[in-house]
Amino acid sequence: MKLDPEARYAKTHEWARWDGDEIVCGITDHAQESLSDIVYVELPEVGDTLEKGDVFGVVESVKAASDLYMPMGGEITAINETLEDAPELINQDPYGEGWMIRFKPSDPAEFDALMDPAEYEAFVAEEEGE
Amino acid sequence: MGDDRVVEPLIFEISRPGRCAVPLPDLDVPEADLPEGLVREDLPLPEVSEQDLIRHYTHLSQLNYGVDVGFYPLGSCTMKYNPKINEEMCRLPGFVHLHPYQDEETVQGALFLMYYLQEFLKEIGGFAGVSLQPAAGAHGELAGVLMMRAYQIDRGEAHRDVILVPDSAHGTNPASTTMSGMRVIEVPSDDRGNVDLAALKAACEEHSDHLVGMMLTNPNTLGLFDEHLEEISGLVHEHGGLMYGDGANMNALLGIARPGDLGFDVLHYNLHKTFSTPHGGGGPGSGPVAASERLADFLPGPIVAVDPDRSDEDAPFFTLVMPPKSIGRVKAFYGHFGVMVRAYTYIRMLGPEGLRRVAEYAVLNANYLMHRIKGMYRVPYDRTCMHEFVCEGRIPDAPDVRALDISKRLIDYGFHPPTNYFPLIVREALMIEPTETESKETLDAFADALLKIAEEARTNPDLLHEAPHNAPVRRLDEVRAAKELILRWEG
Repeated sequence: MKLDPEARYAKTHEWARWDGDEIVCGITDHAQESLSDIVYVELPEVGDTLEKGDVFGVVESVKAASDLYMPMGGEITAINETLEDAPELINQDPYGEGWMIRFKPSDPAEFDALMDPAEYEAFVAEEEGE
Repeated sequence: MGDDRVVEPLIFEISRPGRCAVPLPDLDVPEADLPEGLVREDLPLPEVSEQDLIRHYTHLSQLNYGVDVGFYPLGSCTMKYNPKINEEMCRLPGFVHLHPYQDEETVQGALFLMYYLQEFLKEIGGFAGVSLQPAAGAHGELAGVLMMRAYQIDRGEAHRDVILVPDSAHGTNPASTTMSGMRVIEVPSDDRGNVDLAALKAACEEHSDHLVGMMLTNPNTLGLFDEHLEEISGLVHEHGGLMYGDGANMNALLGIARPGDLGFDVLHYNLHKTFSTPHGGGGPGSGPVAASERLADFLPGPIVAVDPDRSDEDAPFFTLVMPPKSIGRVKAFYGHFGVMVRAYTYIRMLGPEGLRRVAEYAVLNANYLMHRIKGMYRVPYDRTCMHEFVCEGRIPDAPDVRALDISKRLIDYGFHPPTNYFPLIVREALMIEPTETESKETLDAFADALLKIAEEARTNPDLLHEAPHNAPVRRLDEVRAAKELILRWEG
């Protein structure tokens, strides 16, 4: 499982990373691997304001459709439009070209409440081992 | 990935200009021209002889795999054998030549059958009323949740809009709730595969003022009977909610337990699963919805009742009525009548004792199969199962092999694969439902194939990755099929 050392992680398998005063967000390498080949992704509108834990979109693979949850609250400032035609980027590069949304966080402190890479790795290991 | 073998050309590809199956008779009315704007230049319909046509579709039918061909352990779908007498009965001329607009007096036989099917389903499930209207299972669910909502509105609780759905429910449950305009709150399972009682209690308390009810599949999609059914139903009722039962898994309960006695207020049946009518491309479904005293007035209609004014002692007169607070019609006319005839025949052929044996053998077969393979395929919720079970499609020492590879390889052994990747709470899920109609020899052959495949996974994983090898087509590209939908022939 690949991890981004700069990112923080949610229990629902999204990652969040600072870029200036905004947060970039996507799903983790573990999440894309569990989902297998992603064929479709639905993202919010720019300007939407969502709270931590709100559903911001849906990702669909050949196996399943899953909701995507906001790791922190905030206002959407950009979505990755290339994913509409190339959802496979999420499989290929989940922390890079497979990013999903950018948002201006309403409470930057929420970032610190997320798991760091080591904590997330342990969390996944525990989930896997159950 | 796939090769270029052509199993059977498309009907368009065997078309030859001017060839036709049936010569049209000479024109015996004056020729007329259609208005110009309505005439199309091209109409690319296939032109084939009658023999070409018959051979083409016969070849295609021979490529098909159904329960009449072999074992079909598709979890959650109850692909049992459908006795052929069902087909004979629904083809009786008296049924086939009915017209839905006929006067009631002339269709008493059909109404008799529908009335007694309603009565049987009431008795089997322990309910006060049944409507045969819904066209299939999810349609029955939608009718059921609309009835729950109508009940809440009727008692002045129109603001209630929350339905609780466990994560081990059928996928259609949250979909039906959403379609009805209500909100879904998911409830997790505990480590024995039951609804997590503490989480349910918290959800009931949090949404107490907004609770419409809960949708529970029991046995659930893990094939497990919830051990706390009474507590669950007590909690939901305590908070003003109703219990919806997803009857898709009734095959495990027939003649043994009745959902109406277990605290459910409403339940849909899948006649095409439990009551042996063809499905999965073989025919339309039918999803009758059953209700307790409390909800019976809200059933969709019309339903069949006895008209006391037109009946005498020996001859009841059957009539169609709308329940007093009905949510209305959910289907044109009276539902899928041909399916009802098949289900009625099945119930009459088996009788109460026979129906009970269905459930007993369905549960026995599933447990036998589970015990034959669980040494190799991990069963994460390992306790006595009901009519189906879920194991992990992962082989120790073969990390690259996934559930999909195992399923594709099963095709080479002549079996229909089990349900893959559902329920979502089991990784690489293989959901296996053998049904009661399979012999021990068939179950053993299937178990042997699964164990052999596990061995192949370790010694020659590519055999699995490239499977199927013996099917009419090789591994299909599911990703491309999902992303580039081509739904019609484009010359």
